[in-house]
Amino acid sequence: MGIRFVLLVNKQGQTRLAQYYEHLPIDQRTALEGEIVRKCLIRTDQQCSFVEHRNYKVIYRRYASLFFLVGVDNEENELAILEFIHLLVETLDRYFGNVCELDIMIHLEKVHFIVEEMVVNGCIVETNKSNILMPIQLMEKAA
Amino acid sequence: MADLIINPFSSGTRLRDMIRSIRACKTAAEERAVVRKECAAIRAAISENDHDYRHRNLAKLMFIHMLGYPTHFGQMECLKAIASAGFPEKRIGYLGLMLLLDERQEVLMLVTNSLKQDLNHSNQYIVGIALCALGNICSAEMARDLAPEVERLFQSRDPNIRKKAALCSVRIIKKVPDLAENFMSPAAVLLKEKHHGALISGVQLCTELCKVSEEALDYLRKKRTEGVVKILKDVVNSPYQPEYDIAGITDPFLHIRLLRLLRVLGQGDADASDYMNDILAQVATKTETNKNAGNAILYECVETIMSIEDNSGLRVLAINILGRFLSNRDNNIRYVALNMLMRAIAVDAQAVQRHRATILECVKDSDASIRKRALELVYLLVNDSNVKPLTKELIDYLEVSDQDFKGDLSAKICSIVEKFSLEKIWYIDQMLKVLSEAGNFVKDDVWHALIVVISNASDLHGYTVRSLYRAFQTSGEQESLVRVTVWCIGEYGEMLVNNMGMLDKEEPITVTESDAVDVLETAIKRHTSDITTRAMTLVALLKLSSRFPSCSQRVNDIIVEHKGNFVLELQQRSIEFNNIIERHQNIRSILLERMPVLDETTYNGRKAGSLHTTAQASTGSSISLPNGDVKPTAAPLVDLLDLSSDDTPAPSSSGVDPLQDLLGVDLTSTPSLSGSSKAPVDSLLDLLSIGTTSVQNDSSKLDVLSASNSSTQSANPLDMLSSLSSSLATPVSAPGSSAPMMDLLDGLSLIAPKTDTVTFTSPGLSETNGSVYPSITAFKSSSLKMEFSFSKQPGNPQTTLIHATFSNMSSNNYTNFIFQAAVPQFVQLHLDPASSNTLPANGKGSIKQNLKVTNTQQGQKNLAMRVRIAYKVNDKDMLEQGQINNFPPGL
Repeated sequence: MGIRFVLLVNKQGQTRLAQYYEHLPIDQRTALEGEIVRKCLIRTDQQCSFVEHRNYKVIYRRYASLFFLVGVDNEENELAILEFIHLLVETLDRYFGNVCELDIMIHLEKVHFIVEEMVVNGCIVETNKSNILMPIQLMEKAA
Repeated sequence: MADLIINPFSSGTRLRDMIRSIRACKTAAEERAVVRKECAAIRAAISENDHDYRHRNLAKLMFIHMLGYPTHFGQMECLKAIASAGFPEKRIGYLGLMLLLDERQEVLMLVTNSLKQDLNHSNQYIVGIALCALGNICSAEMARDLAPEVERLFQSRDPNIRKKAALCSVRIIKKVPDLAENFMSPAAVLLKEKHHGALISGVQLCTELCKVSEEALDYLRKKRTEGVVKILKDVVNSPYQPEYDIAGITDPFLHIRLLRLLRVLGQGDADASDYMNDILAQVATKTETNKNAGNAILYECVETIMSIEDNSGLRVLAINILGRFLSNRDNNIRYVALNMLMRAIAVDAQAVQRHRATILECVKDSDASIRKRALELVYLLVNDSNVKPLTKELIDYLEVSDQDFKGDLSAKICSIVEKFSLEKIWYIDQMLKVLSEAGNFVKDDVWHALIVVISNASDLHGYTVRSLYRAFQTSGEQESLVRVTVWCIGEYGEMLVNNMGMLDKEEPITVTESDAVDVLETAIKRHTSDITTRAMTLVALLKLSSRFPSCSQRVNDIIVEHKGNFVLELQQRSIEFNNIIERHQNIRSILLERMPVLDETTYNGRKAGSLHTTAQASTGSSISLPNGDVKPTAAPLVDLLDLSSDDTPAPSSSGVDPLQDLLGVDLTSTPSLSGSSKAPVDSLLDLLSIGTTSVQNDSSKLDVLSASNSSTQSANPLDMLSSLSSSLATPVSAPGSSAPMMDLLDGLSLIAPKTDTVTFTSPGLSETNGSVYPSITAFKSSSLKMEFSFSKQPGNPQTTLIHATFSNMSSNNYTNFIFQAAVPQFVQLHLDPASSNTLPANGKGSIKQNLKVTNTQQGQKNLAMRVRIAYKVNDKDMLEQGQINNFPPGL
């Protein structure tokens, strides 16, 4: 299992999406999110996109006011995860059309559906944007 | 519908409104209030079984959950949504299940049935979400129940189902490895997939199978290695595929998974490794390096090359790639290069050494992540030949590094210096540099170790103390530097002043006695000094009072200032030290001699293995003082005034550490410290007013016992000490030793239940003669009777077994009954445990206890014994004591 969690956080450090692939009690989650976000927010653009925290390696990427953070274990390929984050953003962009923080907040469940199509149990399952979005678009048509 | 709108609790607000009102909150308290209100509304809706807004309520709950509030009350609602017929309801229900559920098995059990139905559903999308949910949350039990369904779904016509079934199986075999064999053939079939999603999932399933099952690994290695190599070849050489293209490379994710599977297959198998050489070489040479995606593949490829069986050509290629990475300007690439080099060092240390200069530069990078990786790597690179330049580089960098990096950096430097200490002077020099730069960051054991080394380097004492003096002038704010300086000035102060033991490379300095005292005064008055530093300084001051008689008055003044200190330990020490200076001139110089050389092996052993000491430390009081023994790690270093300057090595397993007592005054009276074996002896001491006792095989216990006695009996332990000093085994005998103490020594030996035999001298007990052994009533008070009967062990005439029987004639039960006995020195006594510690009333029962006495002067002297019996009546402590002189003669 590579990916342990996917987090979306804004510049103020507020969580906008949190998907964990291992069980953590809620108070530990909030503590972990707080610590990681504090570590990532102080870093500059020139510094590398990897931060080690506890036993996680956090790979993060910033898009405008949103930080995408992915926590992985030690065996994961950091550069590939960086590419995965970009793929996730492109997919969200295609679905929402220039995605912004508010889109993600209001359509939280849809973002979850998208992430779910891409990652199952911490493994990347699909990287084709059309394949990822098809079930969600179908569901919308039906509704 | 109409009544829903009227009902104030029925989810009136939309999700959007809730988010808006949460975002409008200015404080956390406001946010909590909004969330509380929403939660109340959702609970109400749940209890009314409101279907219409279930979807919306679950979406709200997810948002609330994401903010970090408890949402357990929504779990059942998720299950209901899953059980409903509509796809959107099911969709949100499964999502809620994955997000909101904790690992409470009973709720999970409830969902198994719904999952089973959905896995068999005719709608592929419903099957898809069920598989996805199962893949994310399944427990071992669910895995067993649902594995057949998942297995069947590998046959599905829809590749989207097959890929999810594969990943679901990854979870299943992780939870229940026994199921692995069921998934072997479906997994192998998946490797023939054309659909990338199904293929990547199949590859991941195969990798996981290899990890959980030897059999699967063997099968895949033998039969499928070629197949996997071919897939990789196809992917590498495939024409442009827009849907999977990332920066001109077709599906880098698939590349990476395939390389990872090859790694598992090739590891430890030369044939399989051979198969993949060509394709690995191709990937390593042909992959684009100007895009992140390409580098990700290269990175994975290098790791595979490093892990599979040796092929020197490929390894050179891999190391070269890492070299290129390392000089890349992109920090991400440099980070992964450092990460990889750590693993490469095990394979080819020489090749990694070539990049040493670059790696060292990375330690100085502005990026904390890179620094950390580089530092770990440098640590692994150090060897005997490069330790000096590397240490110099690191120490130089310590001066300019970030505050928050100094802790890590100095710890690593100290560890390198300790591991490779070539000669003592180099070690001391490097440590002084580290302490001057980062003395506030180093751990205690670092400076403890330094003091042990200094103490052992007798030819460097002068050099060290002078270097420390200089360092203190410039870096007086570094706590641990101050401590070491203070300790050394206390010990070797005169060498500082008279420039003794001058080394060639040293520049002479002029330090007066009062300059040395200045240092100590600064140290003790520095507002940042903690108690440890202050206490150490007090001891150092005391020592200087004897080394520098001219400053004695000034030292005394400084000590007197601390007589009113709020910290009890400092206060007590100040008073004691003041007493030594003012009243005990005659013994001061002996008392304040330089402490014996600290035993390195003892210290290292202690450092290495002593769980014992750490456990003890945690029970100690929060105030750790160097001259108490509350803090065991500090203890060997701070026994500054050890009176009995005998150089006998510490008894290895003794409960009492001879080094722990400062001034021979052991703090055994503090409850946390009194060892169980000492306590009963202690209590007997006052019973029998005995001053000295010697414990067999452990002469060092001598001063502990006497000291604990003095600390319980005397307000001024020093009076006791002075009088004791002649009786101690010191090579120097103090003048004016004495009688008052000797009077106390009435020479009885003591023994308490469950302690080892204790012997001591006692002349002058009356003798009687005789040869029969009738039972006696050894002790009788108004309500308590103790009877002794005797038997002899055959072949051992000196030893007598005494069977003691206690009975209670009063009308109250006695509890906490303890019997203690003491015998003269020529007798050895051993007490067995008593049969009980409760003695019933009215003689309705008894306590039996066996004693074994060995009379070494049988026939010349008669047995005698003093006894003490303690017990409780109605929770009131009672004590009875007496002497037994009516032993049958001849025992």
